[in-house]
Amino acid sequence: CAECCAAANTQGILQEIMKWNGWGYSDSRFLFNKKGQAEFTGKRYRLSGMILPSLKDWFEGTFGASLQHKSPATVSAIYIYFFNAVQPPTLNEAFVEDLKSVGIPFSHDAEDRVFRAHGHCLHEIFALREGKVGRVPDLVVWPNCHNDVVKIVELACKHSVCLIPYGGGTSVSSALECPPEETRSIVSLDTSQMNRILWIDEKNLTAHVEAGIIGQDLERLLNENGYCTGHEPDSMEFSSLGGWVATRASGMKKNIYGNIEDLVVHIKMVTPRGVIEKSCLGPRMSTGPDIHHFIMGSEGTLGVVTEVTMKIRPMPEYQKYGSVVFPNFEQGVACLREVARQRCAPASIRLMDNEQFQFGHALKPQVSSIFTSFLDGLKKFYITKFKGFDPHHLCVATLLFEGNREKVLQHEKQVYDIAAKFGGLAAGEDNGQRGYMLTFVIAYLRDLGMDYYVIGESFETSVPWDRVLDICRNVKERIIRECKERGVQFPPLSTCRVTQTYDAGACVYFYFAFNYRGLSDPVHVYERVEHAAREEILANGGSLSHHHGVGKLRKEWMRETLSNVGMGMLKSVKDYVDPNNIFGNRNLL
Amino acid sequence: MAAKPPYSHRDPMLKKRDDFEDILEERRNSSDLRYALKCYTPVVYKGVTPNAASLLKTTVLQSDQLHYVVDQLSKETGVAADVIQEEASAILEEMAHRQQLSTVRFFAFTLSKAFKALFRSIHVNEEGIQRLQQAIQEHPVVLLPSHRSYMDFLLMSYILYTYDLVLPVIAAGMDFMGMKFVGEMLRMSGAFFIRRSFGGDKLYWTVFSEYVKTMLRNGMAPVEFFLEGTRSRTSKSLTPKLGLLNIVMDPFFKGEVFDVSLVPVSISYERILEETLYARELLGVPKPKESTSGLFKARKVLSEDYGSIHVYFGQPVSVRSLAQGKVNRCHFNLMPRHIPRRPSDETQCFVNDSAYSLVRAQEENMVLKPWVLLASLLLQNQSQGLLLDELTEQAVWLRGLSREYGAFLNWPDHMAPSEVVSSSLSLHRDLVKISGGRVQLALGGQAGPRQPCSSPITEEELMNQAVVVLSCTSYRNQALHVFLRPALLASAIHIATSAKKEEVYNSFSFLRNMLSNEFILCPGATLQDFEEACYLLGKTGALQMSQQEMQVTDSGQKTVNFLTAMLDPFLQGYQVVCRYLCEEATEALTEKQFIPAIRTFIVRLILAGSLRYYELLSSDLQKNALAALLRLGAIRKIKVADNVTLKVNRLMVNSLEDTLGGKLPTQKAVAARL
Repeated sequence: CAECCAAANTQGILQEIMKWNGWGYSDSRFLFNKKGQAEFTGKRYRLSGMILPSLKDWFEGTFGASLQHKSPATVSAIYIYFFNAVQPPTLNEAFVEDLKSVGIPFSHDAEDRVFRAHGHCLHEIFALREGKVGRVPDLVVWPNCHNDVVKIVELACKHSVCLIPYGGGTSVSSALECPPEETRSIVSLDTSQMNRILWIDEKNLTAHVEAGIIGQDLERLLNENGYCTGHEPDSMEFSSLGGWVATRASGMKKNIYGNIEDLVVHIKMVTPRGVIEKSCLGPRMSTGPDIHHFIMGSEGTLGVVTEVTMKIRPMPEYQKYGSVVFPNFEQGVACLREVARQRCAPASIRLMDNEQFQFGHALKPQVSSIFTSFLDGLKKFYITKFKGFDPHHLCVATLLFEGNREKVLQHEKQVYDIAAKFGGLAAGEDNGQRGYMLTFVIAYLRDLGMDYYVIGESFETSVPWDRVLDICRNVKERIIRECKERGVQFPPLSTCRVTQTYDAGACVYFYFAFNYRGLSDPVHVYERVEHAAREEILANGGSLSHHHGVGKLRKEWMRETLSNVGMGMLKSVKDYVDPNNIFGNRNLL
Repeated sequence: MAAKPPYSHRDPMLKKRDDFEDILEERRNSSDLRYALKCYTPVVYKGVTPNAASLLKTTVLQSDQLHYVVDQLSKETGVAADVIQEEASAILEEMAHRQQLSTVRFFAFTLSKAFKALFRSIHVNEEGIQRLQQAIQEHPVVLLPSHRSYMDFLLMSYILYTYDLVLPVIAAGMDFMGMKFVGEMLRMSGAFFIRRSFGGDKLYWTVFSEYVKTMLRNGMAPVEFFLEGTRSRTSKSLTPKLGLLNIVMDPFFKGEVFDVSLVPVSISYERILEETLYARELLGVPKPKESTSGLFKARKVLSEDYGSIHVYFGQPVSVRSLAQGKVNRCHFNLMPRHIPRRPSDETQCFVNDSAYSLVRAQEENMVLKPWVLLASLLLQNQSQGLLLDELTEQAVWLRGLSREYGAFLNWPDHMAPSEVVSSSLSLHRDLVKISGGRVQLALGGQAGPRQPCSSPITEEELMNQAVVVLSCTSYRNQALHVFLRPALLASAIHIATSAKKEEVYNSFSFLRNMLSNEFILCPGATLQDFEEACYLLGKTGALQMSQQEMQVTDSGQKTVNFLTAMLDPFLQGYQVVCRYLCEEATEALTEKQFIPAIRTFIVRLILAGSLRYYELLSSDLQKNALAALLRLGAIRKIKVADNVTLKVNRLMVNSLEDTLGGKLPTQKAVAARL
């Protein structure tokens, strides 16, 4: 492994350009400028540097928030690192010595440790903004290749330290939180240095990749060779391949490329018992229960995924965005259901409810010419006045078609024809494209909210088709009611969208945010409401999670989700693979 | 059984209730015609789907639920699916309401006239109306009025129209349809008709339940039905029927609606229109079949004074909050929701408990008139009657007691008690007579029922007297729910072999179990009821309790005597039924023969002077006793050819009789943790 050991020590590169107490890149953020207009800073996104004239009104109107009432993060990073806000590390000296002797880089800097102690749950970020840091890893190690991981796991077993694998840090299930009751030294195993594509097999259309690679790098590197994986979760700028495998991730374009379980051909994982992998690259096997399914979704409780062989596809020749406006959400859902029935879903099809449609509207950048604004006005007139859509009920679906140009156009027509049967009107490529672009910037918006007393989060579920409308209505209503009962002074934003379609059901995302002025413990209120919303989801036939995973946040519902025997099966696997609980993040079970 | 919260010693006297407004007052001062033609624009449910009303029938006929059952029936019977679908369509046609505003306006006009002639006032709690209005906007609403009179549902619609609320659709018994013209009028005012029994008819059940559920899901209008299933002829609340409650809760269990609001409504009549009609019916004169001409004959009632009506719209009850922690909605996750299935035990238990607590909510807000107290007192003093002063004095005492027990008593405190008493007596002059300053039930002739030296009376005379007594008990019965629990305790102390708390509890539990077809006693709430009774008797100083013992105090003797006397006719009645079954019943006694046979038996006993309570002639009591014995397994039904015969376990019936009479100690079996 001469090649891999020669790799440059680049640990912490992302860490340097990312926020320590918020989402994404440090240079990209929403703010209200001196004129009170919202703008998005930086240069990285299409929206970067643009003014968003209607965001302020939407923001103030929706949340009852005011630009006068600010709630900025109270502490700076410096406070955390230099004023002993972080507990000194509990080091296992023997482990550290052995680590030194095998030459694997590590660090116990407060900054490195804090950065890897959290995901992006609301409570995690909120605490950081207030300078509250709980149990954090005592040490961070940066293995450079599979063999390094083998060594680290061996040493961890030998010296009894707790290992928590860390990929992109985008978890939203409290999966990265260090269990406060853990007495052993906790070591964060950062896979970011294992970020190479080891080979590409063009005959079989597979690529063998190290699991620490970040989504956008993987896609860029493959693109350079004319290929792609097509796996695009909303977090793909920061999340890692190993993380996808460990959480059973789902990508926006799964309709063409499949979810992670469809994409993976071979997995190598290092466990305390040794390395687990299959013996060949056959595309499907009948060899008992698929051991990949113990690994996928194991959430770091069994070992570290080090290398993955996954399917690749030639880059699509042609991409086309689109959008459809429906008179109401019911019609929209009926249309998506029909599209799924006919199995003609485009690469991506998403349906936003009315509240989200209005939200999307608020994120429209300033238009440069009078002509465009005139056109916008005309469109609005056509839809609301001429077609009689009620602006408080209409909703919009965004579409992404991919493939051969001719086929895309044909496909597009088919989908629009179905939409027309449900009263849908084509609403242009721009709206569609903006919808997908927003996917990436929406996470930044939460940080803006937090500057003005607004907190929120999204969560997801999957549900059979016949229950989609019921679950959307009931969960949204439950959120509103719970907020009221728990003393939230302002009506919350409670909205949803259908983001994936399947033969037998759909994935539904809920967004929920509220203005917490007047509450003494907003995070607690938030958590209680989210808890109630999850109960409502389960009572309405929704799943515990479609792709975010369980982590520690949703553990309490696992038994009723899987049955006692199911839990026992998973437990016995854990007991066999990791009897001393070296991978002790306590997720899942 | 989930652990129930123990009875919280919330003082029933502190129960907060709304004030009333008289809605007839405005009718007396302004044009009825203008009122009937007023602009009527009720607020509707926020989730109401446009055009839902016109699509109602199609929605039902095209529902997955119906299709599923039609297919299934078609497979089972070999009849073509479209034939069955036609049948379903016909059922729906027969059932569906055709509410239209013009008919409603017609009723608004005519009922205004009729109500003003019949009643002095119609009192409505306006805060309740406001709460209802709020509820209607937020969730589908189910109205659950008490049922004492034919009047009830017209009255309900009339009130809702008056307050500009959405008119309900009402589940009515098919017997109304016999009245051709009136039936159609009712249909056009919002009634839909259901057959009285359709036990095994899957198709009927499906059409019916889908019809109700569709209206709820779409939130078109409040659905109204009577939990008690039928008019109570005795003014006691009837044990609730669960069918429709199950149906209206189902959309919530299945997540089809966020919540359903149940609004118990208590309608109290100062004088019931059907008073003597009911008494005759209970005595075995069959109820006249509803016919239009019969209704017109009833016109003579228009010249009488029926006092006032109180309608109390209770606090809306959210099914969601009720079900919290009691029903696991995930139950429905693993099957398509349109496939019919029996509710789980958990759900059935929940619906049953809810039904009981809703009926109790109705009871609680029933307005009691002073006459109710007078009737109770007069019934306890049938033989001699009471001197007017005595009666007044006792009534004042009972007023105090009933208020302590939380009764919703409408006693005009600004009037002198003697005035209150005499005005009550005059309104009910058919039932009482005053001679020589002595107030007595108007039993006709001089012969009181128990006067030893009076000449023997004929059976016909007896029946006529019984009509008066039963009419009178129907008023006393209105107050039963107030005194029931303490009365059970008082009787339990009476029959218990010792004053030990455990013994008393056993007796209490036995009596409660025995009488649970008779009164509204929530299943599984024995301990709660016991504690409530102890609290109430203790609070008024009638009972002294130590850790082990319960003793009636000297000052409490009066209360305890009153309470025991209140329950005594029921205990006697059950004993007589037992006695009949042991002594007289033959092997071949059929279910149908039971009522006439027991009636003959009781008449004989009364005529012989060995039984003093005329109210035992009430078929209601007899049926309830039979049901209780069946429930306890002392009788079994055996199907022989087309008849159902009753097989009596004489040993058990005998021991039940002795225990009721206090001759046998209560079995230990009922002991629970105290």
